[in-house]
Amino acid sequence: MSLVQIEDLSVRYGARTVLSRVSLSIQSGEIVTIVGPNGSGKTSLLRVIIGAMKPFQGHVKRGSGVTIGYVPQKLHIDETLPITVARFLKLPGGRTATDIDQALTQAGVPDLSKAQLSQLSGGQFQRVLLARALIGKPDLLLLDEATQGLDQRGSASFYQQIDQVRQNTGCAVLMISHELHVVMSASDRVICLNGHVCCEGTPAVVASAPEYRALFGTGTGGALALYRHEHDHGHDHDKHTHNHTEAAE
Amino acid sequence: MFDDFMMRAALAGIGVAIAAAPLGCFVVWRRMAYFGDATAHAAILGVALSLAFSMSIFIGTMAVALLMALTVSVLSGRGYAMDTLLGVLAHSALAFGLVAVSFLSGVRIDLMAYLFGDILAVSRGDLLVIWGGAALVVMLTGWRWSALLTSTLNEDLAYASGIDPKREQLALTFALAITVAVAIKVVGVLLIAAMLIIPAAAARPMSRTPEGMAVAAGIIGMLSAVIGLRAAYIFDTPAGPSIVCVAAIAFLTSSVIGSLISAR
Repeated sequence: MSLVQIEDLSVRYGARTVLSRVSLSIQSGEIVTIVGPNGSGKTSLLRVIIGAMKPFQGHVKRGSGVTIGYVPQKLHIDETLPITVARFLKLPGGRTATDIDQALTQAGVPDLSKAQLSQLSGGQFQRVLLARALIGKPDLLLLDEATQGLDQRGSASFYQQIDQVRQNTGCAVLMISHELHVVMSASDRVICLNGHVCCEGTPAVVASAPEYRALFGTGTGGALALYRHEHDHGHDHDKHTHNHTEAAE
Repeated sequence: MFDDFMMRAALAGIGVAIAAAPLGCFVVWRRMAYFGDATAHAAILGVALSLAFSMSIFIGTMAVALLMALTVSVLSGRGYAMDTLLGVLAHSALAFGLVAVSFLSGVRIDLMAYLFGDILAVSRGDLLVIWGGAALVVMLTGWRWSALLTSTLNEDLAYASGIDPKREQLALTFALAITVAVAIKVVGVLLIAAMLIIPAAAARPMSRTPEGMAVAAGIIGMLSAVIGLRAAYIFDTPAGPSIVCVAAIAFLTSSVIGSLISAR
């Protein structure tokens, strides 16, 4: 049984279709990465999985008893809201002090529980968000560009932490990432998204797929390649007939 | 003890301070200050309608405030910048309310009493309404506290925890409407937002937890009400504005002390 099964999912934002007939499933224990240009519907996909957006068509099935931990994109905490890390992790309720200490330790920041949330550094904050996601002992961890705003060292160490968490807990990871070198080395499976699933497979397969190369290029030609991709959408792995600019359902 | 008008006034002020404290914190955290203002200004229209249809003023102001708050919630995110939208709605509601009141030729009403409050004229019945409303607001915010706090921090985190932020927003809107209806007699339409925001803002520098901030805001609000009333009595100044002045001085003091401590 897969943890999450997405079937024929279309999502609209107002009149704009951001996702069109996406189908995918996440198996337990695997690391799946979603790559794709800005506005390709990556974040919308995660938001549908957590229930923050409603599908326009199709559905998302969660396996029975599957718990999901969610690490959002960079999060802004208003200066006017005083809150300690421990209190933040306790929300919305039902967490014990032991749960909190354990999650913070797993996230690599065991000493932060009394710190004020608004005074954390970017790297610390991301780890606290990770701890929050881990506290419910999730079967599936969703990461939405969790290393945005971190420097290269910070982001590398964040991904090491994720790897360690997975080894310790065996949870599956579905993440969005811009850092292709990380993606390619750490993922079991890569999904290339651009309003629909362009291509998917092991990193090696995806990296050599023409659709992927068209989106990300092979080095400096990326911007040009992206342009070509939009106008020459000739691959035939999907049955539906539409083009990117007006992804009809 | 309810026979003394000063005592009734003090109890009314304390009641409003209690309702305004937890709600005011959310107004500050969620950057809803203008939202509170718009809802409060709409209340004068509620006063006019209540008098025209001889309804209870509490019900009338609450209904219009609620309608205003819902309108703003629905319209937000539809193309207009929020501050423009609220500026338009708040002042239009106030203007329409004032015009509507002028049509009520048969009834003589003291407009100043609704604009700036008339705390010294609080009756036993008013007290009952104020404390009933305050209790309702405290229960509502207390009941939804964790869910509200989670959705205030981040809507997606709330969804991920199985909370619907839209429903929580509705609870907050409802509490806001009750508070406006309750506070109109005490500080008046123009200064209700002040009772929400100033005590909460004054509480911020001395708080480390959200709950602590709400309690501190309540204490500051209550002290402001009692001291403000006393000052109004001694210096023969209008009561509602005097209360807000004391709260403002509390804010100034706490900000200065707060920045001195953090500079050390």
